[in-house]
Amino acid sequence: MEIDPFIFRLSIFILSIFIGYYVVWSVTPSLHTPLMSVTNAISSVIIVGAIIAGLAGNSDSDFTISNILGFLAIFLAAVNIFGGFLVTQRMLQMYKKKKKDK
Amino acid sequence: MSANLSAIFYLISGVLFILALRGLSSPETSRQGNFFGILGMTIAITVTFLSIGSISSGLTYVLIFLLIGGLIGAFIAYKIPMTAMPELVAGFHSLVGLSAVLVAISAFLNPEAFNLGFPGSIKLASLIEMSIGAAVGAITFSGSIIAFLKLQGIMSGSPITFRGQHLLNALLLISIIVLTYLLCLTQSSNFFWILLAVSFLIGFLLIIPIGGADMPVVISMLNSYSGWAAAGIGFTLENSALIITGALVGSSGAILSYIMCKGMNRSFFNVILGGFGAIEQSATSGDKEHRPVKSGNAEDAAFLMKNASSVIIVPGYGMAVAQAQHALREMVDTLKKNDIKVTYAIHPVAGRMPGHMNVLLAEANVPYDEVFELEEINNDFANADVAFVIGANDVTNPVAKSDPQSPIYGMPILDVEKCKSVLFVKRSLSPGYAGIDNDLFYKENTLMLFADAKKMTEEITKNL
Repeated sequence: MEIDPFIFRLSIFILSIFIGYYVVWSVTPSLHTPLMSVTNAISSVIIVGAIIAGLAGNSDSDFTISNILGFLAIFLAAVNIFGGFLVTQRMLQMYKKKKKDK
Repeated sequence: MSANLSAIFYLISGVLFILALRGLSSPETSRQGNFFGILGMTIAITVTFLSIGSISSGLTYVLIFLLIGGLIGAFIAYKIPMTAMPELVAGFHSLVGLSAVLVAISAFLNPEAFNLGFPGSIKLASLIEMSIGAAVGAITFSGSIIAFLKLQGIMSGSPITFRGQHLLNALLLISIIVLTYLLCLTQSSNFFWILLAVSFLIGFLLIIPIGGADMPVVISMLNSYSGWAAAGIGFTLENSALIITGALVGSSGAILSYIMCKGMNRSFFNVILGGFGAIEQSATSGDKEHRPVKSGNAEDAAFLMKNASSVIIVPGYGMAVAQAQHALREMVDTLKKNDIKVTYAIHPVAGRMPGHMNVLLAEANVPYDEVFELEEINNDFANADVAFVIGANDVTNPVAKSDPQSPIYGMPILDVEKCKSVLFVKRSLSPGYAGIDNDLFYKENTLMLFADAKKMTEEITKNL
């Protein structure tokens, strides 16, 4: 009997939850704000769905509602991706160690 | 590009996202981690473009929207002041939620594009996954909007409660399940729209009863929701990058919520049900108002600190409001010049989001190895000469250990009262968020400095 591909995706999902659990517990508390902004940025990988939606269908210039919603979702996700990664970068750059010289 | 090959690339980008979070285990590796995240995202987006066989005329629009969105995002990222991070993160969560909703609607209207069947006969599993993604996305969106408005101060931070609130929420949650069932049964788009509307409403109702200082829990919770929404869509699109990311973000937000709840010694449900602090006030005020307090000025404070050999700074949300972090750093620099040892003590729920204080101190060039978490530093208070409490209140209240009747009883606190002397920068004697009086104000060794945090800190520096 063949296994439904859904089961494989479910396996990935469950195992990723466990990976997430252990990885996030090891994040130092002082970096919890960058953690939130970076998880924000990576969850915008939903943009792959938006791109598929935006590019779907016919080659003539009449766009369906589905296409237009795709464009909008691309816009929102792009704000998030660029904003999320760059603001994380900006924050992480500020974390400095004590200078050696006194 | 073949479906198998692109699936492998999606897997690679999922792994890179795991490494991005792993990098955050220490500030040294964090920048590299962020780079992995960017790389993973670039791979995912590139592969998506390559895997679509026939390029339609939509491509130009796709690129334009990508570019405009990117520019706006980059602009916000560079302009936003660090004190506004909680608002920014809440705002960004709402965008993730809304794009999940849009993708779900788009897939519902045009299932062929996603290989999910045809309008009116979408595969059952896909329909369920889509409904979950859309519903959670909608809840994330409207909930984050409310959180954003509360953090911005556009909406009052005080909890909004009404009779039958919990019953209404419960009914709405049940109706989501019923609607999903009906949708699967009939494939009728009407149920899909009602499902979305109800979900938007739930997000709104879920967040309005939660007060301002509980925002760390709310933001973490919405962070988690945005992850589950992404995972739901990931199942619909059969995309492993999205599933992995959704699971990572979902568990990350859940862990942060847990840490925040523990920091307040309250259960998750207690926070979610909301209304905290509104009722307690009347019981405790009254006789306490006439108790004597010692108040001083900047000169007294400077004198105390100059004669100390170690000082612990306890920052709180008030420091963020007054934008006092730079002034504070200057004061500390002066203290250090006088060979006084200075460290910072951060309570888990200080500020309006997890790690809020750490970012502000980092912004003011405070080295991160001088900043300590509650467990690391709590024993040092007994040996320190001066505790300088700036903008914090409830997290230092000894009543959390002594009075079982108190609403904050059992909450872990910073043992500021064990210090030889305590300096308390505060605008007035008003109680903190929990609505209870702080016994620390009336202690023999406490000196109250009634002023704006920033002005007072600057004054002290002048007097040092």
